[in-house]
Amino acid sequence: MLEINHLVKKFGPLTAVDGVSFAVAEGEVLGFLGPNGAGKSTTMKMITGFLAPTSGTAVICGHDIETEPLAAKRRIGYLPEGAPAYPDMTTAEFLDFVAHIRGLRGVEARRRIGYIADLIHIADVMHQPIETLSKGYRRRVGVAQALLHDPSVLILDEPTDGLDPNQKYEMRGIIRELSPHKAIVISTHLLEEVEAVCNRAIIIAGGRVLADGTPADLAARSRYHNAVRLDLASGDAATIAAELRERPGVAAVEITADEGQAGLCVFAQDGQPISDAIVRFARERGWPVTGLYVERGRLDDVFRTITAPLELPRSALLNAA
Amino acid sequence: MTRTFTIFRRELRGYFATPLAYLFIVIFLVLAGVLTFFVGNFFDRGQADLQPFFTFHPWLYLVLIPALSMRLWAEERKSGTIELFLTLPIRLSEAVIGKFLAAWCFAGIALVLTFPFWVTVNVLGDSDNGVILAGYLASWLMAGAVLAIGAAVSAVTKNQVIAFVVTAALVFVLAVAGTPVVLGLLQPWAPSGVIRAVAGISLFAHFAAITRGVVAVRDLVYFLSIIVAFLAANAVLIDLKKAD
Repeated sequence: MLEINHLVKKFGPLTAVDGVSFAVAEGEVLGFLGPNGAGKSTTMKMITGFLAPTSGTAVICGHDIETEPLAAKRRIGYLPEGAPAYPDMTTAEFLDFVAHIRGLRGVEARRRIGYIADLIHIADVMHQPIETLSKGYRRRVGVAQALLHDPSVLILDEPTDGLDPNQKYEMRGIIRELSPHKAIVISTHLLEEVEAVCNRAIIIAGGRVLADGTPADLAARSRYHNAVRLDLASGDAATIAAELRERPGVAAVEITADEGQAGLCVFAQDGQPISDAIVRFARERGWPVTGLYVERGRLDDVFRTITAPLELPRSALLNAA
Repeated sequence: MTRTFTIFRRELRGYFATPLAYLFIVIFLVLAGVLTFFVGNFFDRGQADLQPFFTFHPWLYLVLIPALSMRLWAEERKSGTIELFLTLPIRLSEAVIGKFLAAWCFAGIALVLTFPFWVTVNVLGDSDNGVILAGYLASWLMAGAVLAIGAAVSAVTKNQVIAFVVTAALVFVLAVAGTPVVLGLLQPWAPSGVIRAVAGISLFAHFAAITRGVVAVRDLVYFLSIIVAFLAANAVLIDLKKAD
């Protein structure tokens, strides 16, 4: 439904987006991850036709955003960065305006606005000027606006920013509910959000796609993948760690101390499962193990390893200066 | 067409959603009254026409219309709504024209509300309503030209104060172009073609020509071409500058 081919955007000497390509099919929820300034928002602005790409194309349901902008824009629902809305309008007036521009009229428009207002839980602020709304409500009005015309492609730039934990949970539920019949792209810097709603994640930094896969695939790249954490009641953690380091399949052992609770983290070689072997060994040796957990891998760890090398040169420059 | 109308309606409503509209209308009416009756010697002239009323419109517009046009795009830019607005399925021309028409219509409403002046001259004497109508047309056209200039300036900045000052300066240049002072400065050295061109772009000269009651094609063409040219510039500038 959404196809992006070698999108490039240059601002003068700066290349903000440097050859980004990906496709999003119906039913996919793509999490767009990256550090600040990675090119996430710029990519979204090009997909939605706000910025013209320096080169490359974005095709929405068969319509190129550059050559058939109206047809393409009709099929997109877009929540821009910061959820902008006209502050002096009430929620109802604002949604009515967007519905009209989107070609919804009369009964149909009213029904659709009512339905979305209930879905996004903004029915109680319909007659309040948008400038008086809290950040969370404003964000939801922005999402409501993007959903009015039931678009095939939904582009949401940080849809849960400014929402409280309950509202975040709700918003993620809504996105999951909508996902079967849409292609959805959400940008976020919350990794837990990717795990909660996305069935695919792209990590972008320095304007390039650095990783593309399911959240589980990406997590498996983490050195924490299949690592085993042990909580110890007592005993000499250092000795136990030393013994574990000698075991086959163990890459490294770190001693952890969370709130006075001694523990170990045993990293697996090449991410191969090692929990069985460790459980047996621990029992054999009679270690005072009170808890044992297998890690699936940490997305934030992968995120850091993938994106950190790109940030090094900058800090190196700073140090030199 | 319907999209242009939807944008027009939203924009026009936007004026009345804040005190700005009412403030603008009140200041316009009060200033127009003060200038007409005290500076223009409306009563002492002993003539039942609105010449003293219209004479001051260019100067009123020089100050008031940029205040109306400064927010057209600068505000969208500042609040970020420009990104929302321009990613809706609309043509850029529809956005530019819808916004302009709303502002022009608003200026028209302010102008219509000066009808007590017209009633006054008709009560006081036997006035030539054709000339008065021409005066209103000239005034509205001039408001449109100044608004179009202001809209284009507003398109390049997110700072409304800058939009105001630059628009006022540009309009001032257009306004004084045809005055004897400027032409007198040019007379000694400039070729006659240049002098005629400078005199020809004068906002005030074309305005004055219509208020005398002669609605000539060349004056209409002048105002309409300023409007069209600056709206086109507006669209181009938005397209070029929307990234920053």
